[in-house]
Amino acid sequence: MTADAAPSARAPGERAASGRSHPIAWLIWTRLALGVVTLFVVSILIFAATQLLPGNAATAVLGHNASASAVRTMELRLGLNKPAVTQYWDWLSGVLQGRLGTSLANGQSVWSLVGPRLLNSLVLVVLAGVIGAVVGVGLGMFAAIRRDKPSDHALSVGTLAVTSLPEFVIAIFLVIIFSTVLWHVLPGVSPLESTSGALKPWQDPRELVLPVAALVIVIVPYIFRMMRAATIEALESDYVEMARLAGLSPVRVLLRHALPNAVAPTIQVIGLNFLYLAGGIVLVEFVFDYPGVGQGLVNAVSDRDIPQIQFIVLVLATFYVAMNILTDVVTLLATPRRRVAR
Amino acid sequence: MTAPPAGGARPARAAAAPRVRRREWLHILASAARTPRGMAGAVLALIVVLLAVIGPFVTPRPPLAFATIPGAGPSSGFPLGSDILGRDVLSRVLDGGWQLLLMAAAAMLIGVGLGAAAGIAAAQLRGWRDGLIMRTVDVVLAFPQLVFALLLVSILGPARWLLVLAVGFSHVPQVARVIRAAALDVSERDFVKAVEITGVRQSRLMVGEILPNLLTPLMVEAGLRLTYSIVIMTGLSFIGFGLQPPAPNWGYMINENRIILTTNPWAVVAPAILIAVLTVGLNTFTDAIARVALGIERGEKLIAEAEAAGAGTVTEIPA
Repeated sequence: MTADAAPSARAPGERAASGRSHPIAWLIWTRLALGVVTLFVVSILIFAATQLLPGNAATAVLGHNASASAVRTMELRLGLNKPAVTQYWDWLSGVLQGRLGTSLANGQSVWSLVGPRLLNSLVLVVLAGVIGAVVGVGLGMFAAIRRDKPSDHALSVGTLAVTSLPEFVIAIFLVIIFSTVLWHVLPGVSPLESTSGALKPWQDPRELVLPVAALVIVIVPYIFRMMRAATIEALESDYVEMARLAGLSPVRVLLRHALPNAVAPTIQVIGLNFLYLAGGIVLVEFVFDYPGVGQGLVNAVSDRDIPQIQFIVLVLATFYVAMNILTDVVTLLATPRRRVAR
Repeated sequence: MTAPPAGGARPARAAAAPRVRRREWLHILASAARTPRGMAGAVLALIVVLLAVIGPFVTPRPPLAFATIPGAGPSSGFPLGSDILGRDVLSRVLDGGWQLLLMAAAAMLIGVGLGAAAGIAAAQLRGWRDGLIMRTVDVVLAFPQLVFALLLVSILGPARWLLVLAVGFSHVPQVARVIRAAALDVSERDFVKAVEITGVRQSRLMVGEILPNLLTPLMVEAGLRLTYSIVIMTGLSFIGFGLQPPAPNWGYMINENRIILTTNPWAVVAPAILIAVLTVGLNTFTDAIARVALGIERGEKLIAEAEAAGAGTVTEIPA
């Protein structure tokens, strides 16, 4: 993709009139460039919010009762005596070169604290995302095919009820049902070693069941609803009507004529659910004591550990932007008629 | 409910001339409440709201006072048992909702107000101002909503009005996207063009012509953002960055009493059920509003778009 996109990327800009040769590559490059710009502004925002705010980061770290000399030392340590632009540049160039600095809470390097957490969270997000997508897409199509029958109504009402439940409430109910009050079948708290990274989440899959289940329950309703609507729309379109009137079998109509036109919304829905998971892991990891970035962020915020907060938020935002771009690009590639839009 | 009237009141007031329109939002609310779905939602939400509002006046014991053995199960004197510090759970549940509700409603007003202003301005002004507003929205959308609110709260501190501001601001990008899409449709219509030709100021055009025609999306946004305000507000309180103890609130109660889950589950279950019933009720009612105002198909689509407003920049849900 990148290989054949590269040479044509400049074409539309230089020969705008005849430059319709590879509009798709052009769109992808614009999208990527926009993503990079977005991330750049995001990094400024994160930095400004955490370090340059009028309240002074040093007092934020030490609390308001800190002595003047302690504040002074902290200011030097955070580089607050330098001009704002220099501070930002030091931070950004450090992050880009992998120098993330040291934690203010315990002096360890930020990477050694956050790195293992990234992997743990990724396991959670990928598992929940894939399971949620399969279940949600399947249920959505099923409901669309059986439209207005009892099973469709039951699914619609059920998902509507779950849609708005806060993820931590779902997680707590899972803990109550499966690991404390009613039954004791699954571990409700993950005793994985969080900082050393000695234990990997997949070494005891039982510990993953409830956190993944909580996230799946949260995302399935969204996927279900969008998928149901998209399938119904595809089924109601003129060409499907035409295919039906031409006497094709219902299965063939569904698979060959309706579903290909529901591909774009499906991709978007799946992208959307990964986007959601970037934020959803925070509370779920907290409930299950799961050593991921979400729990790390909560800990860092309680410790007022600015270098850790900055890095974790930047990672989450980068994931968000990257997933967004990926969704857009795959949607573009999957739906020819959209390639001319914008 | 504070939510739907608040979202709908502004367009009603702004539309000074046509008399029919004045009570349109009330009419939509009433018809929504008459559908089975809407009635179920309204009843669920109202039960919790009444409990939160009347609760503080009827607490059997002072909600902050030590009363009995910590973590004791239900007994005749303590219908829901006691919490981790030996305080009466029933009293704390009754007293722990009103602040959350008030703050969530305020955050919703801020979010929908600013978001609608940004969305309408972007749609009507077009050009570079549209680009500037929407690219700003893109940047804020790169933060998951809870993370954005958490970041703001962690810097600003846990003061209540800052919490309201943080949650309110975190809604702005999503609202702006939905309202911009709706406002683009309206601003294309002939009557807007006709008024535009007379040379009135853009601000008058936006408030007097476009805003009154966004009643349905605004009502749906108000309902959705109120639900999400409660979700985020209780979530922040749950992890200890929202409303601060010792005053009871449902979010933090769930967290602090997790340790005594085996001895007195009610200390966790009661606040969790109240939050669940409230959000489910509000969301169901919002759904009913969309279906009544737009018909089932378009209503579903509006809700789906509003929920998806945090993602996707090239494409919208196919029309």
